[in-house]
Amino acid sequence: MNEEKHVISMLVDNKPGVLSRIVGLFSGRGFNIESLCVAETMDPHTSSITIVTMANLPIVEQIEKQLNKLVNVIKLRDLTGPKSVKREMALICVKAKTENRAEILSIVDIFRCKVVDVGPEHYIIEVTGDEGKLSALLNLLKPLGIKKIARTGVIAQLREPK
Amino acid sequence: MKLKGTEILLKTLKSEGVDTIFGYPGGVVLDLYDDLIRTDIRHILVRHEQGAIHAADAYARASGKVGVCLVTSGPGATNTVTGIASAYMDSIPVVVITGQVPTPLIGNDAFQEVDIVGITRPCTKHNYLVKYTEDLAETVKEAFYIAKSGRPGPVLIDLPKDVGNKTITYNAPREAKLKSYNPTYKPNMKQLHKVVELIKTAKKPILFAGGGVILSGASAELKKLAKKTKIPVTTSLMGLGAFPGTDPLWLGMIGMHGTYRANMSTGDCDLILAVGVRFDDRVTGKINTFAPQSKIVHIDIDPTSIRKNIPVTVPVVGDCKISLKHLNRLIEEVNLRDIIKKRKKWADQIDLWKNTKPLAYDQKDIIKPQYVVEKLYDLTEGKAIVTTEVGQNQMWAAQYYHFDRPGHFITSGGLGCMGFGLPAAIGAQIACPDKLVVDIAGDGSIQMNIQEMATAVQYCLPIKIVILNNGYLGMVRQWQELFYKKQYACTNLDHSPDFVKLAEAYGAVGLRATKPDEVESVLSKGLFSTDTVIMDFRIEREESVYPMVPAGTAITEMLLV
Repeated sequence: MNEEKHVISMLVDNKPGVLSRIVGLFSGRGFNIESLCVAETMDPHTSSITIVTMANLPIVEQIEKQLNKLVNVIKLRDLTGPKSVKREMALICVKAKTENRAEILSIVDIFRCKVVDVGPEHYIIEVTGDEGKLSALLNLLKPLGIKKIARTGVIAQLREPK
Repeated sequence: MKLKGTEILLKTLKSEGVDTIFGYPGGVVLDLYDDLIRTDIRHILVRHEQGAIHAADAYARASGKVGVCLVTSGPGATNTVTGIASAYMDSIPVVVITGQVPTPLIGNDAFQEVDIVGITRPCTKHNYLVKYTEDLAETVKEAFYIAKSGRPGPVLIDLPKDVGNKTITYNAPREAKLKSYNPTYKPNMKQLHKVVELIKTAKKPILFAGGGVILSGASAELKKLAKKTKIPVTTSLMGLGAFPGTDPLWLGMIGMHGTYRANMSTGDCDLILAVGVRFDDRVTGKINTFAPQSKIVHIDIDPTSIRKNIPVTVPVVGDCKISLKHLNRLIEEVNLRDIIKKRKKWADQIDLWKNTKPLAYDQKDIIKPQYVVEKLYDLTEGKAIVTTEVGQNQMWAAQYYHFDRPGHFITSGGLGCMGFGLPAAIGAQIACPDKLVVDIAGDGSIQMNIQEMATAVQYCLPIKIVILNNGYLGMVRQWQELFYKKQYACTNLDHSPDFVKLAEAYGAVGLRATKPDEVESVLSKGLFSTDTVIMDFRIEREESVYPMVPAGTAITEMLLV
């Protein structure tokens, strides 16, 4: 069966050890984590966690059931597909030699990114977008020389009914 | 009311109905023990913390209550891990209280400090580090609620010394209720209607029950369903006793050492009604050859058990007892006479399997382990609570002691944890002082927690230990015989103690049988003694457990005697 990318979003108790339970479940049962994002919600007693995983459907079902079984997981949603908005942010440090500087700035402009740090030999670019945008940008920047990259992992939210 | 943390803990335990604790004191739980002996809670002092947790596990199984185990920090806590993992695999409600170093020292690598909450996270249903005395009462209440509700399991509470020592104004805790934890007890009736339809059309159905039936007290409902529909019943190891082992509809146990007819029925059936099971690999054998033509109904309270290992036609999430009760009610309205008539061929086929390949062994002039278990069954009239160690002894007990009642077979099923039987017998005997409790043991396993003999004698527990002594780690030897060209690598145990003298050294009674005609007299003498007794049966050294399904093959491909 084909492995697909799944975005799982959870509301969990904001208590010590909760993240460890979730991550431990993935490692202990041999599930895979592509990215993981955690932060407090409006209610300081709960946190929201977004996990991206690669798995086939029966495994995804098992992952979601196992997560739901954890006492500290309050609510779980599979946000895969168009029903949700997904965003990721990245900081990309790219080599910026004199001959490339203009090209990089025009890419930054086209992708509506921001240059947040400049040096004689580099730019750090801040970009936010969905997976497609980030990978398109990275493909363009790669030949110019990416020195470092930091990505946040995906966060997602269900679209409100129209 | 002003109370100390330890007093709050004990008060809450009392309010949860705890009257017995299995434990072992140590540095950081000194205060707790100092208060404990002033209550009327009975404390059973074991000789090793692993003994405490196994005893608490068996106590829970035999009494239907939550077992409680109390140990100190560091090594005290880590010694319980094996037992916690065993209780977790078998879904047994146990609350484990571990002492912890004072909160300011946590993380400093203090003396006897260990991150037991971190260590036991994957093998507990839930666990807690209590940081504030104010949270203690509610945490204990929550722990009991989680341990016994839904699919039961062990819950650990780590209690730092200073949290136990602080005095606060005590407020009675509120009822445990968690917004994130709500087990589904009531099944979806739509699903149950589908099950009834499948029962109506099935030509070759079987019922397959597991430990969940025993845990939810659903044996009577299961029996009712089987009797009414005349569907034959098999169980997993954990399900033994859920259905009477002497009933004509009984197929015997399924799986690696299941009976020929149970395994063949599974291979040939067209409907499996699975209740409270989790389709463990020892049950299914090679997964894609399991019940190839069968539709599968799976009733279980834990949704993760369903479709974890095998595809299911009709999943039913719910408590076994409630689900079966509803199912029985729906079945009442069905005219079953013609349906049962149509299944005559299936019943005949099962009889044929039963008669051609029954459980069997050759009786010779050397004691056969199967014979010992059979005699034990006869002499106890099948009424004893049987605990087992792990290995051949466990399988012979499962095959030859025909369990008629739930809660009478206490074994480490999922984890397969050697050293379980003796402390388990202690826990079961404490839970049921008027019952005969027998540990069917091997000479290897019994030595893993033999120190608990002292506990049994100290508390005058008349438990009976039947050692099927073959001087080998028998089950591993059996695998070596069958799959490793008889190279018995490190399985020869010819340097064991004299178990008769060992029993005497502990202040117990030791008996021995070396010939078949001594078996009955040794058993009668031992079983009817009021002392703790070890009976050492010198059995045929290279006897193997059959039928056997080699790991990774279809369960219909059995090696037979």
